[in-house]
Amino acid sequence: MNQIDRLRGSTPAKRHNARTIAALTGNPGCSRRAVLDAAGVDKVALAARVGYPGSFGQSRFALARGNAFEAMLKADDCALLRSVLDVGMVGYQDLGADLDDTLTGRHGRTRELLFSERSALIDHPLLTLDVAGQTVFLEPDLIALRSEGRLRVVEIKSFAIVDGQADAAAVSAAAVQAAVYVLALRALLGDDRVSHEVVLVCPENFSFQPVAVVLDVRKQLSTLRRQLSRLSSVATLIAALPPSVSFDLALPPSALVSSLAAIDARYAPECLSSCEMSVYCREEAAGSTAALGRSVRESLGGIEEVALALDIARGVVSPEPEQAEAATLLRQAARLRAEALGAG
Amino acid sequence: MSTLVALARAQAYVDGRAQPIATVRHLHVHDRPFVLIPLAMAGEANAPLAAMVGTAAAVPRLLVVEQPRNRDERFAFAAGLAGHLVPYLESFAGETEAVAVDRGRDVRYRFVDAPQVWVPNPGGVDFLRLFGRSTRFRRVDGDHPVPASVPLLGRWLTFLTGSAEVPGSALLPTAVQALMMHWATGQSGAEDNHLGSLLAWIESGAAAAREAERGPVAGPSTDPDFDNHVLAPLIANSDPGLRKVLHELLLPTWAAMWRALDLLRGLPPGDRVGSRWDGDRDAYSAYVQHLAEDGAPQPRRDGAVAAAARLQRLENAAARYAVQRAFDDPLVMAEYRLSGAAFGGVVTLADPDRVDDTGKRPVLRPRIMVATTETVRVEAGASLTSPARPAQKAKVISVTATATGYDVLLELSGGMGRKLVAEPGSVPLVGETVLLTTLSDAYRPGAAFPEPADTPWTHGGPPPLSTDSSSDSSSDSSSDSSTDSSPDSDDE
Repeated sequence: MNQIDRLRGSTPAKRHNARTIAALTGNPGCSRRAVLDAAGVDKVALAARVGYPGSFGQSRFALARGNAFEAMLKADDCALLRSVLDVGMVGYQDLGADLDDTLTGRHGRTRELLFSERSALIDHPLLTLDVAGQTVFLEPDLIALRSEGRLRVVEIKSFAIVDGQADAAAVSAAAVQAAVYVLALRALLGDDRVSHEVVLVCPENFSFQPVAVVLDVRKQLSTLRRQLSRLSSVATLIAALPPSVSFDLALPPSALVSSLAAIDARYAPECLSSCEMSVYCREEAAGSTAALGRSVRESLGGIEEVALALDIARGVVSPEPEQAEAATLLRQAARLRAEALGAG
Repeated sequence: MSTLVALARAQAYVDGRAQPIATVRHLHVHDRPFVLIPLAMAGEANAPLAAMVGTAAAVPRLLVVEQPRNRDERFAFAAGLAGHLVPYLESFAGETEAVAVDRGRDVRYRFVDAPQVWVPNPGGVDFLRLFGRSTRFRRVDGDHPVPASVPLLGRWLTFLTGSAEVPGSALLPTAVQALMMHWATGQSGAEDNHLGSLLAWIESGAAAAREAERGPVAGPSTDPDFDNHVLAPLIANSDPGLRKVLHELLLPTWAAMWRALDLLRGLPPGDRVGSRWDGDRDAYSAYVQHLAEDGAPQPRRDGAVAAAARLQRLENAAARYAVQRAFDDPLVMAEYRLSGAAFGGVVTLADPDRVDDTGKRPVLRPRIMVATTETVRVEAGASLTSPARPAQKAKVISVTATATGYDVLLELSGGMGRKLVAEPGSVPLVGETVLLTTLSDAYRPGAAFPEPADTPWTHGGPPPLSTDSSSDSSSDSSSDSSTDSSPDSDDE
């Protein structure tokens, strides 16, 4: 733990949440993100400090609507939520109410409540998940619903479901987040006591009336499990870092940049919408075929450098033996392109 | 992504300028387009915030919802948009032309022109689709009456966004997709979705594109920082300055839209663009007729039979569009040459007068030998076409490997006149460069669907009384439908 604290420096740690875990698994090959998240570094501040601020805020209109929707559902002892979930008069317990608790204390009470059969609706449970060899506390904004002896995760989201359809990106993000919670609950209670079906509660059509739909997150669960298992090497990675590497925000930007350079990143354009460091990494990855997108890189025969791919295509550089097949394709493509442009 | 486009992206990156990936323009660009830039209110379900609309670059019209969560204002906005858009859409329902159908036995009429509405990006199309959904069932009487133009706007928007799903349709094109079809930039496709950045790559280069990234977004979603620091105080205080702020926010995108149109107009149109626009005029004419006769709004969701038919039409359109683009554009055809579905070569032998008299009557079947250095992935018996002679079929007789590539022996049929001697120029001469492909531009008949009475149970079975889609299109106020709980209640 010492080493992790040293990496972060004097600034307080950013806690993992379902969203950061979901993003982590979105690009599991990126050591930089894994290390920064494991150390709890404030990536927004770090990116700004090294001169590549990103825009990762949330619109206050969106926040206000989300909060209003949730408040409406939970008003009057969850009257509306009960009716949309069709659960009748069952116990409701909010574990988020007493904030003076210690994390471990609250986690203990969560365990106790989840194991008991007392309540059917359990709000704000405190869960743990093993991420990259570390125990991460999750404070989900979720409700666990007990039905037929199994727990179901209930996610409240404020995007609209219109005629049974919703924004695909929003739904898949919600499904991955819910899968993180399912995984955490299963770690606590065992696989058979937590359902792989989660309930998504959203406004229906253009009204503010809630509707509940069931999502099967088995696919997300297996993806998460596989990618979390691949992350287990982060502790080894951190241990192998030279002692000079530190992300203390008090350090001068040049020192932070050389620390960043000590950890490999795997930039892909998808990072731009999910990672706070992406603008910096994009600049660093300039000139690589990966920066143009995974499909471009594959179409160029997996050659790493843009300039090299072009040189091979033009025939001014002879390819390595393993690039021979790619080289044939590239030369052919270059010839056809030149011919078509000449003819046009 | 094809290797050719990937190569163009690599070249664009090194040169710092976008590279052409098409030699002709693959979509119709209207002389009098309607440009529509919608802006949505963050967090709300399809609440409009503003729109900049118009048919002339010099005259942008701004529509603003001053209090986006006020439903009356929302429908006033819809009426305002209808006031601009619907007259434009209806302005083409004038002069008609006769089109022969059923091999000349009958004739039908279509309008000589159709509208074309441009939005910046696919997000704009999605916004309009939902906006059409939220307005087309509105009632002009009852509890929350709206002006008659609002449901009409909803129907038109649904028609336009529906046709935007048809590959090759140009009734509702997006600037970003139109530009990306013709130019490759040195950045990723995800970054190309920023209209300002994409346009900068084409017009001035990489550095300007990075600069443009920090510029205003082209909607429909707004920047969270803008929401939090500019928009929120203006809305909270009902500040009259809101209009001016939104005008300034949208103006760069407005200008970019017209510059994108000019760029596209600068390209020569492909030969088959006109025939696709004919299809769009057909669709427009049919919808004008539908509105005049019945005018029922489109159903919330297609019924099973309608969905199957629509999917089939979309697949057909996609296949036809891909082939047509390849036939129109050697740079697109090059992708097929790279994959072996097409090859170019030189005619080394030609027997233009060969007659096959083994059948009942003699037929003209010239043979040619084509020598190619390219990969040939066709087998004997395959039927090939050449974009230069689309009416002619070339049957592969044999493929022989040579020292430099392949010799392909072909037997030609069709497109040579009715006599037993080929029309001059209809058979390639020795020394001529030809291109042959397995793609075919020939007419594809639609799939045969069962009669309504024979509809299988998987698709709802035979209709009891009415057709299956009309039950879906019943108005919002009906409470018998189980899934549609309260679509009319938009109150918060």
